[in-house]
Amino acid sequence: MGATRIPGNITQGSTAKGGIGESTLRPDGTLKVTGEFAYSSDMWHEDMLWGFTLRSPHAHAEIKSIDTSEALAQAGVYAVLTYDDLPTDVKNYGLEIQDTPVLAHGRVRHHGEPVALVAADHPETARRAAAKIKVEYVQLPVVHDEQTALAEDAPLLHPGRDDHHAGHVPHPNVVHRQPIHRGDVAAARARADVIVSGEYVVGMQDQAFLGPESGLAVPAEDGGVDLYIATQWLHSDLRQIAPVLGLPPEKVRMTLSGVGGAFGGREDLSMQIHACLLALRTGKPVKIVYNRFESFFGHVHRHPAKLWYEHGATKDGKLTHMRCRIVLDGGAYASASPAVVGNASSLSVGPYVIDDVEIEAVALYTNNPPCGAMRGFGAVQACFAYEAQMDKLAAELGMDPVEFRRLNAMSQGTLLPTGQVVDSPAPVAELLRRIKAMPLPPERQWETAGESADVRALPGGLSNTTHGEGVVRGVGYAVGIKNVGFSEGFDDYSTARVRLEVVGGEPVAVVHTAMAEVGQGGVTVHAQIARTELGVTQVTIHPADTQVGSAGSTSASRQTYVTGGAVKNTCEAVREKVLELGRARFGSYHPAWATAELLLESGKVVTDGGEVLADLVEVLEGEAIDLELEWRHRPTEAFDLHTGQGNGHVQYSFAAHRAVVEVDTELGLVKVVELACAQDVGRALNPLSVVGQIQGGTTQGLGLAVMEEIVVSKEAKVRNPSFTDYLIPTILDTPTIPVDVLELADEHAPYGLRGIGEAPTLSSTPAVVSAIRAATGLALNRVPVRPEHLTGT
Amino acid sequence: MDFLRPASWEEALAAKAEHPTAVPIAGGTDVMVEINFDHRRPDVLLDLNRIGELQEWEVGEETVRLGASVPYTRIIERLRGELPGLALAGHTVGSPQIRNRGSVGGNLGAASPAGDSHPALLAAGAEVEAVSVRGTRMIPVEEFYTGVKRNCLEADELIRAVHIKKADGPQQFSKVGTRNAMVIAVCAFGLALHPETRTVKTGIGSAAPTPIRARAAEEFLNAALEEAGLWDNGRIIPPSVARQFAELVSGAANPIDDVRGSAAYRRHALGVMARRTLGWTWDEYRGNERSARCA
Ligand SMILES: Cc1cc2nc3c(=O)[nH]c(=O)nc-3n(C[C@H](O)[C@H](O)[C@H](O)COP(=O)(O)OP(=O)(O)OC[C@H]3O[C@@H](n4cnc5c(N)ncnc54)[C@H](O)[C@@H]3O)c2cc1C
Repeated sequence: MGATRIPGNITQGSTAKGGIGESTLRPDGTLKVTGEFAYSSDMWHEDMLWGFTLRSPHAHAEIKSIDTSEALAQAGVYAVLTYDDLPTDVKNYGLEIQDTPVLAHGRVRHHGEPVALVAADHPETARRAAAKIKVEYVQLPVVHDEQTALAEDAPLLHPGRDDHHAGHVPHPNVVHRQPIHRGDVAAARARADVIVSGEYVVGMQDQAFLGPESGLAVPAEDGGVDLYIATQWLHSDLRQIAPVLGLPPEKVRMTLSGVGGAFGGREDLSMQIHACLLALRTGKPVKIVYNRFESFFGHVHRHPAKLWYEHGATKDGKLTHMRCRIVLDGGAYASASPAVVGNASSLSVGPYVIDDVEIEAVALYTNNPPCGAMRGFGAVQACFAYEAQMDKLAAELGMDPVEFRRLNAMSQGTLLPTGQVVDSPAPVAELLRRIKAMPLPPERQWETAGESADVRALPGGLSNTTHGEGVVRGVGYAVGIKNVGFSEGFDDYSTARVRLEVVGGEPVAVVHTAMAEVGQGGVTVHAQIARTELGVTQVTIHPADTQVGSAGSTSASRQTYVTGGAVKNTCEAVREKVLELGRARFGSYHPAWATAELLLESGKVVTDGGEVLADLVEVLEGEAIDLELEWRHRPTEAFDLHTGQGNGHVQYSFAAHRAVVEVDTELGLVKVVELACAQDVGRALNPLSVVGQIQGGTTQGLGLAVMEEIVVSKEAKVRNPSFTDYLIPTILDTPTIPVDVLELADEHAPYGLRGIGEAPTLSSTPAVVSAIRAATGLALNRVPVRPEHLTGT
Repeated sequence: MDFLRPASWEEALAAKAEHPTAVPIAGGTDVMVEINFDHRRPDVLLDLNRIGELQEWEVGEETVRLGASVPYTRIIERLRGELPGLALAGHTVGSPQIRNRGSVGGNLGAASPAGDSHPALLAAGAEVEAVSVRGTRMIPVEEFYTGVKRNCLEADELIRAVHIKKADGPQQFSKVGTRNAMVIAVCAFGLALHPETRTVKTGIGSAAPTPIRARAAEEFLNAALEEAGLWDNGRIIPPSVARQFAELVSGAANPIDDVRGSAAYRRHALGVMARRTLGWTWDEYRGNERSARCA
């Protein structure tokens, strides 16, 4: 007796207003829409200096000498730093492999690599001084694709590698290689009635977040530094920054400042160490803000990929086997390449049941721009290829492409190529059924406006290229699978501190995490969870900083799951303490304190029968309950390096799309009319945010399908580092996006929720391309699809 | 950097004479981008925004005298009837924000081969009113462009206005970009029918070092229309004629391969746009003729 069981129904959510399941509004929403939100680029400090980065104009060159004297002599310049000024022996950083120089040392490996830093009293002064730094380069031959990277005499990007992948890769210019073997492909292949193969190419997409890299470093009296920064993971930054500065972690105090989008592009460091170095050197606050041009060089991009696939199927439409080889271009530094290889290989089969597979994925080191994390990484590239294959197979078999997919769809209990069992709902067939059943948008919508065509409904839009001539409609479908959370044995935990106290006569919960709010709505969800678990109305979200333990990365669709899970977990512990206090104070007044399941609701302790036992205010009576706890999801395992076997993933996320496009077949212009999505979210903690994420991910996938690409020349130089020529969808390119949200709980996850942010980015791209193929009859094995591909010019 | 803000046109001309390297700034939608991207660091900026008459226009008998700084939004709203081709072109410029600021004078000043006004001006027929303390000259728009982002203005000259022929027949403008709005032209095409003189005029954008007219295509079409009496009988243009016209338009271009598109695509797309805009304008012409005859 005495021990209170955790009442089962609390985890289903209490009836607290503003709790989970409601579409509460974002606290930062109005500020962002009205332009009042303070982004990291808006920060200001009295007396601050401006930092500027001198970057390499070459993709691959030896640095013979650097002469900074003229720059230093310029009035207003406080410091000019090069590699030689780095204060400790730690001169590299990196997410997994520490191969990225803080400043170039004798060699630059990609266009735009940082070479020197300037701090001056005005940004223009810093920029002009940087132009006076004389760097003598000797250009080196460039490695720019698989052939040049793996050639016998290929220049090695990182000679003398000693990272943990160095021992097992087939060539030192391969960052990581992951094979996966399962079953007997030869035997299965012999059973196939049809076999299709294809080579597919995915261009280099950029995250194109709107708030460029920026931050402010303020030197502190204790010799440390306070860094205000827009990032995706404060503690990961800290782990990489502190050793370079030669400071213990507690002397590098980081606070999240306003983040203008991320999409993976802020997982790696950009100006963090640079600003700190300049601040510590000058003793003054230093702000660095990249402009748009520099931003394109300041973060990693999505891995461009070449994918070769072979699938077989029997006459009755059952997949027999799959073989694939996926080559990802990681560029000059490793960044997240190993994890991208892990995802690409382990998810290369897609959401289908195929028992016999031979899979290989590699990431290369080249002199191209470094590539790393971007929404859906690894899985996005694979999805484009396997979905194209599914269409080809269906066509070959004369089957409906949706029915063919449904026939082969995975479900709960399916064994993946890695030997892992899918142990939560996997409603792939159901998602496909739902998007297929949605009503199609009316044909020739541009004619509905009346006598004159509404060009906005036509390919070309306002550019007035067609009034219906040459326009053909196409419809395409796709479905994808994405892992949620960090995989392959990573200790993927989050920390949450929750404080419950009475302020002004009302119980208030303070939720303190280091979670980076990058626009995903974590701050909204945390407040909802606290309201649900603690039955309070007032929840304060403490600014994210490193004064609390790590919250892990805002990526991999993991934050609601893992940091949300941590908040829930700490709230539960706080609730336990409240009930303990209550029992101590009031236990003798009512037997239910000892016997009933107790809930916190509307600021009161109530029994599960609804009887009020006490006010939270009375229970707490001046005392604050303050707990900080770590929380982890189920552990995962590394994939075997030879067989690819292992329980590598925590959870999966599934989305399916139907794209309806109008293609001007003569001009090769595309208007996506509708992009319907059905997705299983396990449990929608905030339905409005869920739909927002799905629509955003869908649009980003559309961008990859028809316009978004960083164009890199054969000399490995970036040719379009601006929003003039790196095009992202405008509202006129963004179709209607009907969303059908399915909620099949995953019993292993908090509230049954599923990470949702990435899955919609996967299937959107192949669905659009499938629809363009349907309209044009062209094979289209490359994204983005350009007018040239559609017109043969 | 000095920032001059003349209060009147005369003051502006005097300032430009005194500071020949001064960069005029109207809507600033080109100038500010160049400054931001560090492509340009002028010693002197000459702000034209206090000069009211640059924001005004006069509709005359034959022409519209369009003040250099009149923003696209105003052209679209107020001059659609007189300058339909330019209004259509204006519609394709940037975003609403850019159209609220950007002007034809600025488009001419920048003289980018991708400027969207140019094909419309070439097709309609226009003259640039260039003024300095030395006097005024009228420059036919065909002669205004001298190279990639270069025009024939003298260092002391400013654009006061553009004199554009009022439409005497249907006009069209079409532009290819790889996005459905806010996109720089991969290539663009303007076409104007001039029933009064029984001629057609064209303008090609983004497919040669300067905006150009497709003169051979114009001459061919003029002759073909005349020969078949089409201006009078209002019959449809034979597909073979339309095709030939389209080919000649393609052939007039001298495009390059760049990140925005291939030369081959530009040629191809110009042909398609030429054929389509000819169809649209001719249909409209025939419709007008028919209703004029019925009335
Ligand atoms: C986001 C964005 C999208 C854009 N999209 C398009 C587009 O779709 N199509 C397009 O054509 N352009 C586009 N532009 C470019 C620009 O908006 C146009 O060229 C516009 O017409 C420039 O007009 P402005 O008044 O802003 O010129 P400004 O920037 O003020 O000036 C442009 C040039 O003209 C000179 N100038 C200005 N006025 C005079 C004068 N009276 N006499 C002599 N010289 C003068 C200036 O010195 C400068 O060299 C875009 C720009 C941006 C930023």
